[in-house]
Amino acid sequence: MASLSLDGLSKRFGNVTALSDVSLQVDDGEFCVLLGPSGCGKSTLLQIVAGLDRQDQGSVLLGGKAVDDLAPRERDVAMVFQNYALYPHMTVSQNLGFGLRMRGIANPEIQQKVQETAHLLGIGHLLDRKPRQLSGGQRQRVAMGRALVRRPRLFLLDEPLSNLDAQLRIKVRLELKRLHRKMNTTILYVTHDQVEAMTLGDKVVVMREGQVHQIGTPETIYDRPADTFVATFVGSPMMNLFQGELIREDRYLKFRCADFSLHVRNLVQDLAGKRVAVGVRPEDIMLGKNREAKLRARVEMLSNVGAEKYIHARLGECLITVRASKDATYDTGQMISLFIDPDKLHVFHEDKRI
Amino acid sequence: MKKSWPKKGAFVVGVLMTVGFSLVPFLLFVSSAFKTQTQVTAIPPQLWPSFSIDFFRSAIFRYDILSYLVNSIIVAGSTTGVTILLGTLAGYALARLPRPWAHLSLMLILACAMFPQIAIVGPVWRLLRWLGWLNSYQGLVLPYVALTLPLTVWILALFFREMPEELEAAALVDGCSRMEALVKVILPLSAPALFTAAILTFIYAWNEFFLALLIVTDPARQTMPVGIALFQGEHTVPWGEIAAASLITTAPLVVMVLLFQRRIVTGLSAGAIKG
Amino acid sequence: MIPKDRKLYFALLAPTLLVLLVFIAAPITQSIIFSFHRIIVGLPQLQSPFIGFDNYQELLHDSVARHSFWVTLLFVSTTTFSELLVGLLLALLIHHRFPGRGSLRACVLIPWAIPTVVSAQMWRFLFNDAYGMINYAIFGHGVAHYVPWLAKPNTALFAIILADIWKTSSFAALLILAGLQIIPEELYQAAKVDGAGVWRRFWHVTWPLIRPAVLVALLFRTIDAFRVFDLAFVMTQGGPADATNVLQLYGYKKMFVEGWMGYGSAISVSVFVIVLVLAVVYVRMVGRRLLEASL
Repeated sequence: MASLSLDGLSKRFGNVTALSDVSLQVDDGEFCVLLGPSGCGKSTLLQIVAGLDRQDQGSVLLGGKAVDDLAPRERDVAMVFQNYALYPHMTVSQNLGFGLRMRGIANPEIQQKVQETAHLLGIGHLLDRKPRQLSGGQRQRVAMGRALVRRPRLFLLDEPLSNLDAQLRIKVRLELKRLHRKMNTTILYVTHDQVEAMTLGDKVVVMREGQVHQIGTPETIYDRPADTFVATFVGSPMMNLFQGELIREDRYLKFRCADFSLHVRNLVQDLAGKRVAVGVRPEDIMLGKNREAKLRARVEMLSNVGAEKYIHARLGECLITVRASKDATYDTGQMISLFIDPDKLHVFHEDKRI
Repeated sequence: MKKSWPKKGAFVVGVLMTVGFSLVPFLLFVSSAFKTQTQVTAIPPQLWPSFSIDFFRSAIFRYDILSYLVNSIIVAGSTTGVTILLGTLAGYALARLPRPWAHLSLMLILACAMFPQIAIVGPVWRLLRWLGWLNSYQGLVLPYVALTLPLTVWILALFFREMPEELEAAALVDGCSRMEALVKVILPLSAPALFTAAILTFIYAWNEFFLALLIVTDPARQTMPVGIALFQGEHTVPWGEIAAASLITTAPLVVMVLLFQRRIVTGLSAGAIKG
Repeated sequence: MIPKDRKLYFALLAPTLLVLLVFIAAPITQSIIFSFHRIIVGLPQLQSPFIGFDNYQELLHDSVARHSFWVTLLFVSTTTFSELLVGLLLALLIHHRFPGRGSLRACVLIPWAIPTVVSAQMWRFLFNDAYGMINYAIFGHGVAHYVPWLAKPNTALFAIILADIWKTSSFAALLILAGLQIIPEELYQAAKVDGAGVWRRFWHVTWPLIRPAVLVALLFRTIDAFRVFDLAFVMTQGGPADATNVLQLYGYKKMFVEGWMGYGSAISVSVFVIVLVLAVVYVRMVGRRLLEASL
């Protein structure tokens, strides 16, 4: 295993900037997830790390050594592709053993490793089949097996679960986490699914349009998003975001917008008079009965997700989403009282957290 | 929905006329190979041959038709081999190069297929004479390769473009160089396109006449089309022998067409579909 | 794109480009150069002086060349038009799904597959004035009426045209067939529901959608037709009285039979220019779309 270091990577395709000064560090044995919407550059980044494409600027260091001039096969990395890219004309066994064969390893050893890996992934009974005879889930395992069997120093996974159906996805996710713990491999994993990122990653890198917005643990990303993009991208349902300004009222700092105002805890910088955005997650809003429930909203719709419910209400001109217990009942048009603890409020000035 | 009788009738007539139009002239001609000398030029024409093989014997022993056949096999076979080799490499390169380069190269290559042979043959003849390659196999094969490469490259480039790049990426990460990826992963999956290109190239090289006539003047090295075109009898046109030679020449082609008509059609309409 | 890869791709292209350069591009350039010189093969002691446009001047005044041009033009227009028509009919026929369709396609392909010289000999045999089947088919036993097809100017050209139509209609048919096959069945069904009969359906649904394919076939065939040689050489040797002396045959005679390589090159270059103009027209009209759609 080895550490991975990306230093100021940039890449353009014609007029389009795919990556802009991307730097990050993945420690030996760490599971790092690149999270972002389509077109954010995460797949391009993976291709560059694998050696399939070349960056315009910056360098890639594997185990402390720069690998920029090395071909993919010289980098000792393995990759699992979104569409699996299994060799159609080879059996599962040959697919798994292909990388080992290319490295000139003796046949008996190849057989042993292939058997081992196949059993680890539960595909031992499929070794003689061709890819077209396998189900989607089985193909995915073969793709993973092909990467695993080589025991490379870095694993690259490009949205490997996105073609699986929902149930299978959850199952494989857990298995992936288990495998990682067992083998302590260094992994760089790309996805647009924030649930995957949060459950799998030791470290999450949030990207958009070629730029890194935040690097941190899942908790950090969730509890202290660095900007409005991260705040709204991570977390489902989305964090409520309101635009307004900060004003000083006596000793208190308050947020004011057209429809309401909130107490904000005192901030380090004095931004009274500045335009800001404040955010609060649906689960951080309390439905008041007795509290100083200052906000009155009108219920518009109720979403029932089974384990809980979400109230979509209108606060003046704004929409607000609030989490409620699964037994709660509210009628459309009903007025509810809401209370937001200032400590739970995220304040963003010019899109950045303060 | 059943077709109405007049429609069905028209259809059957159409099919019969098509088959007749395509095959009857040909059959009338090659059947002469099995006739006797008097039958060939008989009036009224005798449609049914008496299955004599005199003409075949004459063609083989007197006119040495088998030597022409061997030359054709060597030339057409070599051309196919070389064209497929070069065409595969070029087609792959064109499929993977960035669009502007690929388009430009392809336009240039296709343009080469449009030129009339007469504009080429003079200087080629001089070049071959200077190299001492007139009347040699390579003297004919190389120009043939040049003439068959455009279509081959076109067919293969189109095909390779369709192959997902992920497959090659997987091979590269697994330890292949680009060329190894081409040979071990892409080519095994390219059999249909390679086959189609090979058939079309072979047919072209087998049938080519103009260049063969001019470049190879020594009968020992001439190919079938030249032999058939220049067939001279002592007093009359040796139709029987010509028919026999024609049958020998066209037999492999007819077999190919019957076996591979679907592939041939696909190859010929490559590009036309998108247009 | 990794720089190493780009180098590899150009290396893979190189052999092909080299062969094409040596055997097509360079020869054409040389032909153009030759056409500005007087070169007589077999008399090397005469040098090869540069004579500017003299060959072309001579060409313009050469009545045989002019006649050759018109003969070729007549050939091209008649065969192309007929082949497209026959090809269209064939394509419409083959398009239907029926058992034995593959065999029908194979039958239609046979004329295309056999060498042109074989078909030329075949037609020479069938058009024979003493025992040809065509004469028999038309005139029966009346031998006295038999027409010497290949010995009379008009009929000789007709014979060659027929031979070409026989051989190449299937090629046109295949190109048009490709176009037919992408027309979705729903369009016909919608037309039928709207009350359109067979002719209307053809004219309003089929024809507009196969026009591109027909155009491709048209231009391929036209360019090819200008290069006719094999048929004329074997069937008539350009006669009688230059009635079938098509351009490539005339050029061949001048260059290789009479040894006038300079003048013959001028003829080649003229044919080349004609074909080039057609090719440019072709590329303008269809080529770019073809390339962009497919690559």
